[in-house]
Amino acid sequence: MLDVAVVRRLGQFSLDVAFAGPAVGVTALFGASGSGKSSIIALIAGLIKPQEGHVRLGETTFFDASAGIDLPLHCRRVGWVFQDARLFPHLSVRANLLYGYRRAPAADRRISLDQVVALLGIEALLSRRPHALSGGEKQRVALGRALLSQPRLLLMDEPLASLDAGRKAEILPYVERLRDEMEIPIVWVSHSLDEVARLADTLVVLDQGRVAACGSVATVLARLDLFPPDSPYEAGAAITVTVASHEEAHSLTRLVFDGGALVVPRVVEATGERLRIRIRARDVMLAASEPLDLSALNVLPAVVREVRLADAHADIGLDIGAAQLVSRITSFSAERLRLAPGSRVFAVIKSVAIDGRGGG
Amino acid sequence: MPLTPVEIEALLLSLRIAFVAVVGALPLALLSALLLARGRFPGKLLVDGLVHLPLVLPPVVMGYLLLVTLGTRAPVGAWLLDTFGVRLIFHWTGAAFAAGVVTFPFQVRAMRLALEGVNPTLPAAARSLGASRFDAFVTITLPLILPGIIAGAITAFAASLGEFGAIITFVSNIPGETQTLPLAIYSAIQTPGNEAAAARLAGLSIALALAGLVLSEIAGRRAQRLIGGG
Repeated sequence: MLDVAVVRRLGQFSLDVAFAGPAVGVTALFGASGSGKSSIIALIAGLIKPQEGHVRLGETTFFDASAGIDLPLHCRRVGWVFQDARLFPHLSVRANLLYGYRRAPAADRRISLDQVVALLGIEALLSRRPHALSGGEKQRVALGRALLSQPRLLLMDEPLASLDAGRKAEILPYVERLRDEMEIPIVWVSHSLDEVARLADTLVVLDQGRVAACGSVATVLARLDLFPPDSPYEAGAAITVTVASHEEAHSLTRLVFDGGALVVPRVVEATGERLRIRIRARDVMLAASEPLDLSALNVLPAVVREVRLADAHADIGLDIGAAQLVSRITSFSAERLRLAPGSRVFAVIKSVAIDGRGGG
Repeated sequence: MPLTPVEIEALLLSLRIAFVAVVGALPLALLSALLLARGRFPGKLLVDGLVHLPLVLPPVVMGYLLLVTLGTRAPVGAWLLDTFGVRLIFHWTGAAFAAGVVTFPFQVRAMRLALEGVNPTLPAAARSLGASRFDAFVTITLPLILPGIIAGAITAFAASLGEFGAIITFVSNIPGETQTLPLAIYSAIQTPGNEAAAARLAGLSIALALAGLVLSEIAGRRAQRLIGGG
């Protein structure tokens, strides 16, 4: 488990955060630029030093101000993937990949070059120089280089931010395979909620150097106070679903979750696979009685958990079985439907508003 | 255009002095360049000024300063002679020392420029991959600044070949010991009837300078290709 509790003041900016991430899985650090995400990564890696607090990973203490422990950067063995791939320009792709591998203790070399090359599909690039690679290729090589250093922890500092949507879609499946196949905890810095919902297990929301929220992705994204209508981020809940069946005739997929089922356009995942989807608050309509003859395929009975009014908008927190959804409607509608905690409603979601891809 | 043995001696001596001057000053130049490019310390401006002093001082003054510090009766010179038996004055090593000091700024400037061109995040990336500071410097920074080191060394080499004032002031003009090409040309001009020798030596200097320029260009391109910039 990753345990971070640090204080660092630097001029005007002060960072004072504490959070814990799971030993296996993805912890996402989310926030606007300047919220301290990248500073936290640099603190975990050991590039900058906190004034107080500690950074621990499992049994290993990276930093402890009171005990006077400060493990140097090159001894922490964290795989650090940067926004700009930072490949070494004078080395071939192969030499870049092996840079950390050669420096890892022989006994710890459990991830091999062949394995990484196959995982990331970079066989054809091995003899090339970094300047001859595309942005997406560079990022895959950077990922492979970090993996081959046999890291105890992967730090990914907005690795997709410099890529366009197409390149993002190219990298994301590799990251998902990495998450599912390698037992390495990952800290993922992002300012995309779609990315977070798709990849992360734990979500830490940062605001001006402080932790605004920390918890499971589903719980944090269902909170109404974090992403109000005037926030730059699109509010919406994330739910984990299992692929129940595909209906090929209409190119649809039926997804089940703890509380009901959803019909969405065909997803690539096979029957039985689990995935997390994000349902934007403004794509969820509410009805006081069960609507009939509707084009929308998803009508789910729900109980209002919370109502939060903000001028023209009303954000409604809903419980659907064990799952939580968020709906954004007008204050006027909320009043007209007399919505209050405990009200029984029907949540209406257009199938086309949901796509399992999450990215973009 | 056959050269006389004395002229060949002057040529070889010049090459040897320039080579020793450049190679001898290189490690210190690299250290100074690192300090100036990456370091943040009080008195940095002073160090910067000191490094560049030989560039702005008249070479004769440089030679004079060397003479009054490293002459056998000057404090540092006497100590060197007593402790190590080293005598720089009137000796070819003294000429190399003078050339090394005068051309020091050329090396530092080229290295510093190259260092400032290296993305400082690359060594940090190397360290996150398990490389110590020294390891990261040797395997990442050093190869990336190689073109700068080569360019600086060649410029300093060419300037050392042409150094006159500091050498003649510090170690005098002794054929076979401290008489480099420019000093030999000077002597030839001073001697009536030796115009042909002066012309030959001048031609030789020009050829050397051109060869240096071409070499520097080729080395620069090679190194650039090596680091994948082109």
